[in-house]
Amino acid sequence: MKGLKFIFTGIFFGIVMAKSEAISWYRIQEMFRFQSFHMYGIIGTALVLGVIAVYLIKKLKIKDVSGQAITLQSKEMSWRKYLIGGSVFGLGWALTGSCPGPMFVNIGYGYLSMLVVVLGAVVGTYLYGILKNKLPH
Amino acid sequence: MLALLRQPWPWYTSGAAIALIMVLLLSFGKSFGFSSNLRTLCTLAGAGKRISFFDFDWRTQKWNLLFLIGSVIGGVIASTLLKNDVPLVLSQSTIDDISKLNIKFDGKMNPDQLFGLEVFSSPKGLLILLVGGLLVGFGSRYAGGCTSGHAISGLSNLQLPSLIAVIGFFIGGLIMTHFLLPLIF
Repeated sequence: MKGLKFIFTGIFFGIVMAKSEAISWYRIQEMFRFQSFHMYGIIGTALVLGVIAVYLIKKLKIKDVSGQAITLQSKEMSWRKYLIGGSVFGLGWALTGSCPGPMFVNIGYGYLSMLVVVLGAVVGTYLYGILKNKLPH
Repeated sequence: MLALLRQPWPWYTSGAAIALIMVLLLSFGKSFGFSSNLRTLCTLAGAGKRISFFDFDWRTQKWNLLFLIGSVIGGVIASTLLKNDVPLVLSQSTIDDISKLNIKFDGKMNPDQLFGLEVFSSPKGLLILLVGGLLVGFGSRYAGGCTSGHAISGLSNLQLPSLIAVIGFFIGGLIMTHFLLPLIF
């Protein structure tokens, strides 16, 4: 089954997020209060290695499993949508201690109350779809 | 081996694993971005009939939904097979700060006070979770991505828009943590 590799990658992601406590409300509070290096270490390490990996993928023109060259889409330039949207996201991240991935990992971890957060996130996404054309981008 | 995996993982292991996940998805011809799933869930619920933003073939995102299902299973494995009973080690200054918000540090992954099952009988608690989720969902789609899409995939590709988004994540997070949480709790 072709989809199996995505399920396994997802399982790996869930274990990593939970075992490094990146799904913890407490750790996100610690991060936004600058009281521990932990979360910065996680994001920083991922970033340094990610930059190197993407550089090599481009430089060596590495292909994906289907034989096509790996291309990374450039994000369309603007500042309003990223700054305003990002700030709204940050408000919710600090309140619930979860960004979209960890919400779902937390459900698996046993926090059924996170279903309410996911419900909110789906409704929030729906509201954005309705209001999209009226918002500054 | 299992005993080693059961301990909390250090930040460098986790950071390297996240970079590996991004590379794995690229090698599968996909791009790491979790919040796109929220849009796909809207489409699956039928939102595409009324709003063009949700009118796309959800099967193009099937891989990402499988990744989502995997991440839930990963959470289950982490809390069963890889569970450890040692309390979370949180910085003392954070423990002190949140106690001023009347949130007691209980050594678990998340405070039971906010995320335990008793929240289902607390209207205020439910509202906090619902509004918090709403802000995350609205904001991530507005900004065109969340922590995975911008802070990991975007910044790894040296995208300026992603840097602006991450700065936004912190503006919002700092405002919530330092100004709004004391008003909410």
